[in-house]
Amino acid sequence: MTDFTLWDIVRNLLLAGRWTVVLSLIAFTGGAVVGLVLTLARMGGLWPVRWLIRLYVDLFQGTPLLMQLFLAYFGAAVLGFDVSAWTAASVALTLFTSAFLCDIWRGCVEAVPSGQWQAARVLGLNYLQSMRHVILPQALRLAVPPTVGFSVQVIKGTALASVIGFVELTKAGTMLNNAAFAPFTIFALVALGYFILCYPLSRYARHLEKKLYGAGIR
Amino acid sequence: MALVSVKDLHKSFGELEVLKGIDLEIEAGEVVSIIGRSGSGKSTLLRCLNQLEQHDWGTIHLADQRLDGTAMSPGELSQNVGMVFQSFNLFPHKTVIENVMLAPLVVKQTPREEARRIAEAVLAKVGMSEKVDAYPAQLSGGQQQRVAIARALAMNPKVLLCDEVTSALDPELVGEVLRVLEDLAREGMTLILVTHEMKFARDVSDRVVFMHQGRIHESGDPQTLFTRPRTPELNQFIASVL
Ligand SMILES: Nc1ncnc2c1ncn2[C@@H]1O[C@H](COP(=O)(O)OP(=O)(O)O)[C@@H](O)[C@H]1O
Ligand SMILES: [Mg+2]
Repeated sequence: MTDFTLWDIVRNLLLAGRWTVVLSLIAFTGGAVVGLVLTLARMGGLWPVRWLIRLYVDLFQGTPLLMQLFLAYFGAAVLGFDVSAWTAASVALTLFTSAFLCDIWRGCVEAVPSGQWQAARVLGLNYLQSMRHVILPQALRLAVPPTVGFSVQVIKGTALASVIGFVELTKAGTMLNNAAFAPFTIFALVALGYFILCYPLSRYARHLEKKLYGAGIR
Repeated sequence: MALVSVKDLHKSFGELEVLKGIDLEIEAGEVVSIIGRSGSGKSTLLRCLNQLEQHDWGTIHLADQRLDGTAMSPGELSQNVGMVFQSFNLFPHKTVIENVMLAPLVVKQTPREEARRIAEAVLAKVGMSEKVDAYPAQLSGGQQQRVAIARALAMNPKVLLCDEVTSALDPELVGEVLRVLEDLAREGMTLILVTHEMKFARDVSDRVVFMHQGRIHESGDPQTLFTRPRTPELNQFIASVL
């Protein structure tokens, strides 16, 4: 095998790290859109709708992300769909994210005091108007810190996409190590990569949380 | 015909019968204070009047229009019956004037400039013109409650319901809110107030209603009611609060 310089390793990890970022963005954006629809449907829908959404949330929260990825990739193949690792990872991570965000956001909507609903109702606002003008703006402020905090879980979750052959940071690390046999250096660098992505987000989430408590909301 | 007409109103929460047949007629411009022990059903009665609670039996009419059931949408209802809560319930993410303008804008679809004019007028009425751009958290309890009254008035309701609107206030702030209500009463606003302020009930109301165990136990003009209660229950209640 050829000799790998440290720069070769770093360069390859950086290139693969792009896909970690892209996959995280897809999962988070897709998860947020699906999660928002689910949250609204769960708050306002009829009981069968609420029950189904709850089941959906429980299923995704109660099974390992790894199994969800396997099912999306191999399960789809069994059902006759030819899905790429890209598609499978994006779909599985989007659904996983949506389930968690739906639960986080439902909690935030419910944390808005019932007096706010009553005041809106007494002023003549219907359900959607109350949601839009009174409840959601307040829930949103409560939701920002835990949502930013959860984005860290999504980034780390993308590492599991390596098992279905998706070449992101972790998979690239494994492949490089197979060629260069420098596990300590390589995996330390991989870990550092995740840390650089996640740490600012955790810090920011903590900062937002402090700000929220400081503002005396809740 | 009376402005508000309640006939044989019943309401239970599960096994607990909270209203056991309420009959009440209120004329336009009348100020009615509802007094009674905690748990006697006063809040539930008010909440049935604006359909925050659905009653089980009986009817509620406003002018000659049926108000209960699905007869009136929340939007129509809010232009007939306004409500002020003990805990203010202002919208914390909106400024004072935005709080007051919201319902005219969203529910009545009043043009923005007109909504602003209405809001400024009702805020002037409650003495809050100086604070239109403040957020609720920057106001004292008394100021918040006055804004809440203005917010209800902005929909120009025919009746204003007030549920213990001074109970959450520090004693020194009670007066400013009562003065606003007194002004409204003088202007001819129809007011239905649940209150523990006996002096206010006596001096400002045209009629006092004493509720006991889900029924109107006694009612009449305040002088007679407070000086010569007919029932031992009212006698005891007056003794306990004075
Ligand atoms: N939403 C509710 N669910 C169950 N019980 C209730 C509810 N609201 C009020 N009650 C009960 O009804 C009774 C009357 O309450 P309320 O009308 O608030 O009395 P008051 O305002 O005179 O103190 C109380 O025993 C109270 O616990
Ligand atoms: Mg009460």
